Amino acid sequence: MSKTFYNEILTDHNVNPTHKHSIEGANFSLEGVNPSCGDDIVLSLKVEDGIITDGGYEGDGCAISQASADMMLDLVIGKSKEEALRLSDIFLRMIKDEITEEEKEELEEAGVLEDVSHMPARVKCAVLGWHTMEEMLAE
Amino acid sequence: MKAAKISNFPVLDEQKIHYLDNAATTQKPGCVITAAANYYRQHNANPMRGLYALSIAATDAYEKARQSVADFVHAADSREIIFTRNATESLNLVASSYGSMALSEGDEIIVTIVEHHSNFLPWQQAAKRAGAKVVFFECEQDGTLSIETFRSLLNERTKIVAMTQLSNVFGRSYDVKAFAAAAHEAGAVFVCDGAQSVPHMPVDVQELDVDFLAFSGHKMYAPMGIGVLYGKAALLEEMPPFLYGGEMIEYVTREGATYAELPHKFEAGTVNVGGAVGLDEAIAFMHRIGWEKIIKSEDDLTVYAFEKMQQIPHIHIIGSSDPLEHHGILTFTIDGVHPHDVAAIFDSEDVAVRAGHHCAQPLHKHLGLFSTTRASLAFYNTKEDVDAFIDCLASIRGRMGYE
Repeated sequence: MSKTFYNEILTDHNVNPTHKHSIEGANFSLEGVNPSCGDDIVLSLKVEDGIITDGGYEGDGCAISQASADMMLDLVIGKSKEEALRLSDIFLRMIKDEITEEEKEELEEAGVLEDVSHMPARVKCAVLGWHTMEEMLAE
Repeated sequence: MKAAKISNFPVLDEQKIHYLDNAATTQKPGCVITAAANYYRQHNANPMRGLYALSIAATDAYEKARQSVADFVHAADSREIIFTRNATESLNLVASSYGSMALSEGDEIIVTIVEHHSNFLPWQQAAKRAGAKVVFFECEQDGTLSIETFRSLLNERTKIVAMTQLSNVFGRSYDVKAFAAAAHEAGAVFVCDGAQSVPHMPVDVQELDVDFLAFSGHKMYAPMGIGVLYGKAALLEEMPPFLYGGEMIEYVTREGATYAELPHKFEAGTVNVGGAVGLDEAIAFMHRIGWEKIIKSEDDLTVYAFEKMQQIPHIHIIGSSDPLEHHGILTFTIDGVHPHDVAAIFDSEDVAVRAGHHCAQPLHKHLGLFSTTRASLAFYNTKEDVDAFIDCLASIRGRMGYE
């Protein structure tokens, strides 16, 4: 593991999250649980005319799970459902070490979690928010 | 405290690691690795049949290991030593075999809240099969278990008491002799989990008067895959077999079978002779080091680590405020930092610790914690290992973005 894995971007999203709160008028809400770390979040999205207009999460967990969910919401709020799912697909492939540099750039800050691909015990933490969103939007 | 590292542990000598996960498994000394390898090089044959010299040599090596284990825990008779894969299998054996014989609907099994899942789930299942009930014996916040509380839980329906001698979370040891005596007065059988105690303190099953004692070889310098169940002969004789198959019968017909004498009745299939030989050598190794040195080193390191941990703000040690009640096990939380992040940061500094619920989820829930981080020491650890642990520990909140 890189000594700089817990970098400023990651720790800042964990300690000072932007989106860790409830969403008024959310029309999608789903709990995601990762029993190995004990990460447990409830993700809520407000989707209007196919566009994610607002989103938030509540719950507890390790820094990777919390920061990843926060960075995901930074990325997908304001985007269409389809676009959010496309970005989620890129993120999940990044964790399997299967993306190009250009694709990684599309993930913006969430790209800092790339090194999780070399930390098998933490993969579930990193993907928790993204999997929860995919499951929710696929319904 | 020794300044020099105790050498001839290949993993410790050859790799850059401060290994502080000894409650999970210990490293193996070269002599144990060599003994297990030499068995396969020189004496390997299927034991117990003894129709040729090599098989007799394998049988002798296996039975010598059984005698060493019997002597190590002061069993009256080596027939009371059953080899298993590990403490978990030993406890499953008792719960399945003795449980099926002793439990009826409405009976009670007392299990402490401190137990590792391996001394809880087999009883949960045994209770379900028999229509019996698991009664929880709860600890105080610092891990103490009160004999008065225990007595209040005992009654004529209590058939089995399952208790650890040393908690894998608190590091606290319990006076199982007193608890076993109280259980016996109530007519219950006492099953002791010795997985954490047997590697770190002398254990005498006759003096403690426990009915069963389970432990694992791999937590006491032996190979993985060899474990022990001690049981009083009178109980083991009465119990039905646990697993059925080869090596455990006298005579088999189309309709039934008569089973082998102890201990073979409980050792179905080809046994793990290499593991038993490794365990035999691990016991000899511990004798060469000596209990006095093992205990002094572990206590000294525990006190040293404990006092340094107390000086770091936002660190909370679980359990006793007396380091000598920790037996090398220091479980803690850090305000604002999840234990899995804590373990990952330690890993980046080559310090190996455990994070999670340590197979004791009901205990964590009882304490109001979800998960914790645990550093656990063995006598071969050094002051330098503890210093590396403390230096990293002191830096964690800063690295995670706190002032």
